[in-house]
Amino acid sequence: MEVLLPHSLEEALAIKGERPEATPIAGGTDLMVDLNFGRLRPAAMIDLSRVAELASWQQEDGHVFLGAGLTYATIVKEMPEFKPLVQASRSVGSPQIRNRGTVGGNLGTASPAGDALPVLAAYDADVVLRSRARGERSLAWHAFLTGPKKTAIAPDELIIGTRWRRLRGPGSFSKIGTRNAMVISVAGLCLVVDEENGAVKVALGSVGPTILRATEAEQQIAAAMTSSGAWQDSSITITEQVIDEFGSLVAAAAKPLDDVRGTAAYRRHGCRVLARRALIWALNERRLPAWL
Amino acid sequence: MVVRVKVNNEWREAEVWPGASLLTFLRDRLGLYGSKNACEQGECGSCSVWLEGALVCSCLVLAAQAHEREVRTVEGLMADERLHPIQEAFVEAGAVQCGFCTPGFVVAVAELLQKDPTPSPATVREALSGNLCRCTGYQKILDAVSLASSRMRGGT
Repeated sequence: MEVLLPHSLEEALAIKGERPEATPIAGGTDLMVDLNFGRLRPAAMIDLSRVAELASWQQEDGHVFLGAGLTYATIVKEMPEFKPLVQASRSVGSPQIRNRGTVGGNLGTASPAGDALPVLAAYDADVVLRSRARGERSLAWHAFLTGPKKTAIAPDELIIGTRWRRLRGPGSFSKIGTRNAMVISVAGLCLVVDEENGAVKVALGSVGPTILRATEAEQQIAAAMTSSGAWQDSSITITEQVIDEFGSLVAAAAKPLDDVRGTAAYRRHGCRVLARRALIWALNERRLPAWL
Repeated sequence: MVVRVKVNNEWREAEVWPGASLLTFLRDRLGLYGSKNACEQGECGSCSVWLEGALVCSCLVLAAQAHEREVRTVEGLMADERLHPIQEAFVEAGAVQCGFCTPGFVVAVAELLQKDPTPSPATVREALSGNLCRCTGYQKILDAVSLASSRMRGGT
């Protein structure tokens, strides 16, 4: 085995072009486990942890670009205005894991339990990829995540980061697990409200082969808010019946399996509970006065 | 491959298998046995060290990733052959039973108190959420944190 240590993105892309079989490693929080247990023996690895270009984030033209090398600890520290992303980041692993783990790693590993992924799905984020030979391209999150631990990345490409249109409106990330740290989600949910477009977006993690959007539930709640006038007047009450129906539709969107962390039935129930809570939080937050 | 790391303020180098972790490098190549090898999957925190000033599980860092970088281990906490106040607090509070998790906890507490000398109980629990102890039931460890916090601020 060989470990290559590029110091710039240019150098990293050149190496990936020449050695497409080389496995990129950033925080190592997934890959090192497989290496330590002898399940992974790549011919070569490319260390991306010293590629400074990947470890930053910017806002431009109403969009946010988050570099693949940004750690969860940095997101928690530097991006407080992106609450669902911060909540998801804070729920990853432990302080030690959050100091190393990166969003690019979550994307590259493409586990349905990756906690940043439901947030990126709810944001309708694109994944930005680059190769030395063909330059840059962007794929919608659902075109990038093609299955459990499967992505549409080409062998000579690296994940550069993720980009989304900045939304105005409340939102949250929540997850179910056995304790408040070091939890691989049994179910995870991100809900965001897009006030400008009168839309509610709900994404689910750990309850299907990849991240899922609950589109029927999204349409149901947006329509209920339109017909009741709640988009214009946040003081208008959304009935319990509408909230229950929303929870049922979110639960119906899950495609869970039984596994060591939970049964399919428990996961589906969990989605219903998370969905109801997230919706109630968002509706309450919409009612807060603007000066708060 | 040859990996060269500044460990506890001293440059050290050794030959290591390129797929080896920083933990393996520290223990098996440099003879620094303070950082413990327990779970090898980032669950237990027994191998916690600082890499470029950030607390990490050294089992989840490739030794090569630490090449030409700075690492501080639990061995770096002692000064002039004297225990660090956090280590003394662990001994006095009875926060050590089998002792296997202790170096990781001591390092995590040092990281916490360096950033927040008077942490709230919730902050302490979150800061130590990446370290597992299977003996003490944690209460004595939390007692040791309060004791260390007060000692380090000049109390008794």
